[in-house]
Amino acid sequence: MLEGIGYLSLTIWVPIVAGILILVTGGDRNAAGQRALALLGAMLGFLVAVPLWTGFDSASAAMQFEEVGAWVPAFSIWYHLGVDGISMPFVLLNSFTTVLVVLAGWQVIQTRVAQYMAAFLIQSGLINAVFCALDGVLFYVFFEAMLIPLYLIIGMWGGPNRVYAAIKFFLYTLLGSLMMLVAIIYLFFVSGGSFEILEWHRVGLTMTAQMLLFVAFFFAFAVKVPMWPVHTWLPDAHVEAPTGGSVVLAAITLKVGAYGFLRFILPIVPDASHELTWLIVALSLVAVVYIGMVALVQSDMKKLIAYSSIAHMGFVTLGFMLFNPLGIEGGLIQMISHGFVSAALFLCIGVMYDRMHSRQIADYGGVVNTMPRFAALFMLFAMANAGLPGTSGFVGEFMVILGAVKVNFWWAAAAALTLIFGAAYTLWMYKRVIFGKVANEHVADLKDIDGREFLVLAILAVCVLAMGLYPMPVTDVMHASVNQLLEQVAQSKLVY
Amino acid sequence: MDMKTLYLVVPLAPLAGAIVAGLFGKAIGRVGAHTVTILGVLVSFLASLLVFQDVLAGNTYNGAVYTWLVSGDVSMEVGFLVDRLTAVMMLVVTFVSLCVHLYTIGYMADDDGYQRFFSYISLFTFSMLMLVMANNFMQLFFGWEAVGLVSYLLIGFWYTRDTAIYANLKAFLVNRVGDFGFLLGIGLVLAHFGSLDYATVFQAAPQMAAQTITLIEGQTWSLMTVICILLFIGAMGKSAQFPLHVWLPDSMEGPTPISALIHAATMVTAGIFMVARMSPLFELSDTALSFVLVIGAITALFMGFLGMIQNDIKRVVAYSTLSQLGYMTVALGASAYSVAIFHLMTHAFFKALLFLAAGSVIIGMHHDQDIRNMGGLRKYMPITWITLLIGSLALIGTPGLSGFYSKDSIIEAVHASHLWGSGFAAFAVTAGVFVTAFYSFRMYFMVFHGKPRFKCSHDTHDHEDDKDGDQHGHHHGGHSCPKESPWVVWLPLVLLAIPSVYTGWVYIEPMLYGDFFGSAIYIDSAAHPAMEELKAGFHGAEAMALHALQTLPFWLAVAGVASAYYLYMVRRDLPEKIRTKAGILYTILEEKYGFDRFNDWFFAGGARLLGGKLWRWGDVAVIDGLLVNGSARLVGRIAAVMRHLQSGYIYHYAFAMIVGVALLATWFVQL
Repeated sequence: MLEGIGYLSLTIWVPIVAGILILVTGGDRNAAGQRALALLGAMLGFLVAVPLWTGFDSASAAMQFEEVGAWVPAFSIWYHLGVDGISMPFVLLNSFTTVLVVLAGWQVIQTRVAQYMAAFLIQSGLINAVFCALDGVLFYVFFEAMLIPLYLIIGMWGGPNRVYAAIKFFLYTLLGSLMMLVAIIYLFFVSGGSFEILEWHRVGLTMTAQMLLFVAFFFAFAVKVPMWPVHTWLPDAHVEAPTGGSVVLAAITLKVGAYGFLRFILPIVPDASHELTWLIVALSLVAVVYIGMVALVQSDMKKLIAYSSIAHMGFVTLGFMLFNPLGIEGGLIQMISHGFVSAALFLCIGVMYDRMHSRQIADYGGVVNTMPRFAALFMLFAMANAGLPGTSGFVGEFMVILGAVKVNFWWAAAAALTLIFGAAYTLWMYKRVIFGKVANEHVADLKDIDGREFLVLAILAVCVLAMGLYPMPVTDVMHASVNQLLEQVAQSKLVY
Repeated sequence: MDMKTLYLVVPLAPLAGAIVAGLFGKAIGRVGAHTVTILGVLVSFLASLLVFQDVLAGNTYNGAVYTWLVSGDVSMEVGFLVDRLTAVMMLVVTFVSLCVHLYTIGYMADDDGYQRFFSYISLFTFSMLMLVMANNFMQLFFGWEAVGLVSYLLIGFWYTRDTAIYANLKAFLVNRVGDFGFLLGIGLVLAHFGSLDYATVFQAAPQMAAQTITLIEGQTWSLMTVICILLFIGAMGKSAQFPLHVWLPDSMEGPTPISALIHAATMVTAGIFMVARMSPLFELSDTALSFVLVIGAITALFMGFLGMIQNDIKRVVAYSTLSQLGYMTVALGASAYSVAIFHLMTHAFFKALLFLAAGSVIIGMHHDQDIRNMGGLRKYMPITWITLLIGSLALIGTPGLSGFYSKDSIIEAVHASHLWGSGFAAFAVTAGVFVTAFYSFRMYFMVFHGKPRFKCSHDTHDHEDDKDGDQHGHHHGGHSCPKESPWVVWLPLVLLAIPSVYTGWVYIEPMLYGDFFGSAIYIDSAAHPAMEELKAGFHGAEAMALHALQTLPFWLAVAGVASAYYLYMVRRDLPEKIRTKAGILYTILEEKYGFDRFNDWFFAGGARLLGGKLWRWGDVAVIDGLLVNGSARLVGRIAAVMRHLQSGYIYHYAFAMIVGVALLATWFVQL
């Protein structure tokens, strides 16, 4: 069926095969072996993704590492993979995050280890497939399939209210993607029987059709991002998910939604996108301001970071709708940075939760006295979340705000409020949890992070700083694809 | 070594020290930590001297180190602009930082966080140098925020104290309000100039002078005015100008060495430096200059008033700093940028000296900071006494000392300004002279003169139980008597006292009138002739000092000292009587004009209230309660109704089929 296996196929199938292997051989009796196998699979998955970066031709806007195979030729559904400067960084980010998640769950997960590790590995492969798919049906299948492992992760290893959260998460996102399915079938017919996404980019559409397609895709992706007001599944899902689940959810899954804007909405329905810019911008700014204030009053750390994620993703969608390079590249940078920073923050909360079995801010206080090394790393990530220059969190926000001033000063002003809100909710939480006198005997008994925890956080710290101090290599790979996208969006596809 | 390498050494040497002391503090120990950081700053200071020599020879440098980011047609770089303005700042920063590093060895000797402290202050030095050496707005903002971060970490250095961790959060957030404006200002610069590079922007600025911008429908404003005011809002946060001044007094919760370095000499002057650097932009907008002038004048006078009633030795100096920052801002508003930088420099020396001397007093008093408990300390701490006296004399503008030359020049410059608001500003800075003299010498007399108001025993052994820093409150008796601090503490005082004395009369002529800054500062002399007028009236430093004896500011200063002497040395019962008489006026001062209370209630409380309402009503009640769970319930209800259809009885289904067939038949027949 396949004509040789390329790197993209490897990034998809290596983790999935590893996951299945773990499931087949696994049981809780040989948990140590399962963990080692999972780590091996995840690292292998990351290694096969590295050539995508090193071998990437950043001068070209075309799809690279393309693979085409027949899947269901009768309906002209192809196994068509390829990455450009927009999707390639996310394959890497996803493969990288998987390694961290396996490490983070090393000792924390003691029951059903094999299933836990397998779920993450399979999920990793599925998400890579979403970013690589160039066939609409292929995209849709993986887009749906990636829900299942996460659903299981929340439902099986989650907190007390996990069933409600898992079902809410599942139904919310499923509802969104069903509308997308209709859109995909419609596009198949309009394009003369093709499921090629790149073909859809070229097909002319009436304004009505564009508007309807916009609504269908928008709903599917807005739920994933998530944008206000379809965001309420996220805090619940985070609160109930185990640490690893939260990390993948925040670092990767949300990015799929934003990616959909660039791969589907903007190029397929450019005229409707221009027409409805006000809507997305308004929702993005609501996310920054409204959600910023909501985050301020959360008493549960995970909920707070979940709301903070929504606010940060608001920058992404705002950036995309500016239709200038600073905005779109800023949004993409913000996505990658948020992948590091939110992952790190959820891991930090996980470190404390493993010791105290509480996520309530009120149960903490003075953690720095007993966990100074942890407090220092946590400070770095908190500052990155507040967008401090020198960290990755700054780059995307800076670019989007600068890009926004060019388009509309007041959009920029509203977005820039994050400077105040972002610092307020992050640092106020940090103050109450970390600073102060030792609040109770549980805090007094805390042990500082061990080597494994330190390793995971330190790797992320290096990423956060490196991208903050020298973001150019990351934006360089994006230029060609982003410029091409901007050209596409600038051209009307209207037919009457 | 070529110059570019030298420029790199200046910020990177302290950074290296900070990293080593921060990451390997435990391994290298206390001595290792202070050796490596002091070495870093020393190298940086020496390199700055070489750089200074080089710019004196007429060289300037403007170049990129590396490209940070490219997006579309925008390229952002990390790079240095080294001209005379930069070089002065580099020298001031590294010199004061060096003194503070030395001093810290003594001041923090008993603190558990010794290595961490050295790491922070070296990191600060790096950040500040990146700020002053920037050749573009992006790097300026990087340094701007980085110094804010270190300030945050250092104010909360004693993180177990509630007041400290409240103060550092407050400082960060208030600064972020300023940065909000600053960032938007930078955004407008990029949007209209297409570059963040200083040189490009400054060169294009004159053509943009007439450009207008419409932010609200039907209202057009001058683009330059909007940009400059937004940028200045950033300066108001960093340089603690009214009404964003509220964080600075609370920042005194940090250890004293950083009060001297960060909250007096360097970081808080970043705003002043920034406006001076942006002089090619500010010169294009009289409205913005008037705004700067008025904000500065309010800060200079009204913050001085607050200094008159403080009893915490550090807070007196803190309010004095606020007031002096106001003076510098006024100078900027009067287009006397070089005078502002001149005052920035002299102030850095004598104010760092005052803070460090206050710290020395605090050590002597076993960490009691209340001046009401002091008195007569001159017998116990002679070096601290003399150096603090020198600092105070310099501050109040004693003719001949450094502060005199810079402050008197500011007053004259404001009198020469014709902008809207200059009348008020002139009044404020002149009246401020009396206020400055009064609070400075009130503190001086209460600390060093009169009878000691503390009990002590002349035992010889040191108290070893002072480990937890300033936490020791009001202990009287039982303590050993104050004695002069160790040499690492007093040597920096002496080192700072020297420039506090001489820099004025030596440097006033070249810096203000000798075209020292050259092209680094731009003044539109036709529109803002203040500096020209000053130059015409200047006949040498000596003449200026002699002439001062016949001017109002001098006699106001004398009156201030005399009143302080009368109230706190002669009629010690009077202050209490005035206090009861003044009633409401005193309460207003004690409440610091009510800003803290208002901000806590309106902004902090309001945001939390609004956030809570949005969450409970928006997210929980409407979206989740009504829409999400509501539609789930609706589906449930419909299902409950529909369930009755599937009753399982064959005759129900048969009946439904018959009805269905009948309806279909009817429909087809009608077709």
